[in-house]
Amino acid sequence: MRAGRSPSQTIGPFFGFALPWADGPFAAPVGTAGAIWLRGQLVDGNGEPVPDGLIETWQASLAGGRGFARCPTDGDGRYAIHTIKPEAVVAEGATHAPHLAVSVFARGLLRRVVTRIYFPDEEAANRADPVLASIHDPAARATLLAAREVDGYRFDIRLQGDGETVFFDV
Amino acid sequence: MAGDRRQAAGVDPPYLHPDYGSTARRAPRRPLVRIEYGPGELSGPAGEALIAGRAVSGPADDLTRHGAGEPIGERIVVHGRVLDASHRPLAGTLVEVWQANAAGRYAHDLDQHPAPLDPSFTGAGWCLTDADGRYRFVTIKPGAYPWRNHPNAWRPAHIHFSLLGRSFSQRLITQMYFPGDPLLDYDPIWRSIPSPAARARLVASFDPDRTVPDWALGYRFDIILGGREGTP
Repeated sequence: MRAGRSPSQTIGPFFGFALPWADGPFAAPVGTAGAIWLRGQLVDGNGEPVPDGLIETWQASLAGGRGFARCPTDGDGRYAIHTIKPEAVVAEGATHAPHLAVSVFARGLLRRVVTRIYFPDEEAANRADPVLASIHDPAARATLLAAREVDGYRFDIRLQGDGETVFFDV
Repeated sequence: MAGDRRQAAGVDPPYLHPDYGSTARRAPRRPLVRIEYGPGELSGPAGEALIAGRAVSGPADDLTRHGAGEPIGERIVVHGRVLDASHRPLAGTLVEVWQANAAGRYAHDLDQHPAPLDPSFTGAGWCLTDADGRYRFVTIKPGAYPWRNHPNAWRPAHIHFSLLGRSFSQRLITQMYFPGDPLLDYDPIWRSIPSPAARARLVASFDPDRTVPDWALGYRFDIILGGREGTP
């Protein structure tokens, strides 16, 4: 009999000296044409900031960068990632609207939560996106949409309670 | 789809686990939304791209050589393979580790445990797996330490492991424990894993074949990632 896969355990509170690195938040380097900042706040079920979380983002298609970013949350639960807005991707006949895949790790999360960042100025692509279309509750769907800001977008993540972000089984 | 993370009942802990108090306000309450894997879940960053420019004073896979002298504690070799759900080796994937020192103290500002810091030990390292999915670290055995989850709570000795895998769906953060540790049966984090067989997979095995004479004990810890990579 073959062994099954390894279970997840919490990242705990003491990863800060090991996992973050200076260039981690930069999926695209400084100076990349068209680069944006993705900023947001991670909050718990009481609406309190989560100051010991770790946010990771991945985007499959990114010219001029590694596509992956890692940013610890600060004392106010805030993160910031420097990247390029992704393109839509066509795969197996379906058009996936521009989005980033997001992992959230924290003390108290025995396994990561996974969500997606979609963009508010992609209405047609968002309507055709198979994942967004599968979420029928408009309020839940809205938790996956970033908000436009001057130099990029804002995407807050609520782990629990009113306005709880939609998380995916991945 | 075989290999999908979600198909393995009893392996991953639930989000809400009352014995681990920090889950109370952080566990999502709504059910997860199942999605078919798309391009974003089936691909991931190259491991090499994630270590470029990361500074460490010494070899990144030898945690005993990051300070001015030798750290205090029991020197150990921890090695194993990183495999996908079909038990194929995952080459070139980033493995990161971090841990407390031999006294049970992390080199972290917020660790309040009144045990000594070791100026010769930081407790963080990384490596990329080779073509057979193998990794190897040299470190010292971490100590147990108290935490405030419940009265007289102690974490069993453990090494944190972060695995990138080769796709977003394979990403895993977990902990490696040591065989025979009496604290395991009292640990709400380890016990949050529903299946006893799955719990056992996080306990390394003593490895006499990789024990280096007159130098260090060997432990073997294989890691099997869920998810998958490829085209949707």
